[in-house]
Amino acid sequence: MTLALTLFTVICVSLGAVFFLAGTLGLLRFPDTLTRLHALTKADNLGLGLVVLGLLPQVAWPLGALKLIAVWLLALLAGATVGQLLGAAVRPQPTTLGAGTAPAEGPAP
Amino acid sequence: MTEFLLAAALFVLSTVVLGLVRILRGPEDADRMLAAQLLGTGGVASLLLLGVANGLNAVGDLALLLALLAAFASVAFVTGAKRPGPTAPIRELDPDDQEAQERT
Repeated sequence: MTLALTLFTVICVSLGAVFFLAGTLGLLRFPDTLTRLHALTKADNLGLGLVVLGLLPQVAWPLGALKLIAVWLLALLAGATVGQLLGAAVRPQPTTLGAGTAPAEGPAP
Repeated sequence: MTEFLLAAALFVLSTVVLGLVRILRGPEDADRMLAAQLLGTGGVASLLLLGVANGLNAVGDLALLLALLAAFASVAFVTGAKRPGPTAPIRELDPDDQEAQERT
């Protein structure tokens, strides 16, 4: 049982590290700001989620595990919000894309 | 297990350092802010790995604080970057207007 949990930790943390490497490569290699944002937010949050999932068997069950999950949920919320905000700030001004919705002033209410 | 977790933390931290090259190369400020966002997420992951590897529960609090500060930094960047946005078309129109006004 301990061996299985250790193996689970090793596999999940390694997968998370691979996703972090993928996010870094995407940040360095992608040609555009929006594609870099796409690579960074998704790959890094998935990598953090896998690292947290791998660390769950190694901590005390009720409080330590819930704290790890809370850290991951906060990172997910922050990453999603910041991704939307940065994407809205970075994208080209939509003067030619359709003036009906008036999307130039920040996100929709 | 401790050695593996420390090695994983070091690996994640090294990928973050590699991603910081974008701060040097980034053509726009938003790209540099993306690298800072990567520093936040990767720092949280490596802090969690270090905390579990060493058995220090307080490092989890540091990870929470780092996630919060990274989110605040990005939100502050966006609120600062939005200000030139509405004035950018005005700047494009400004030279013509100023030249026309100065010539008249």
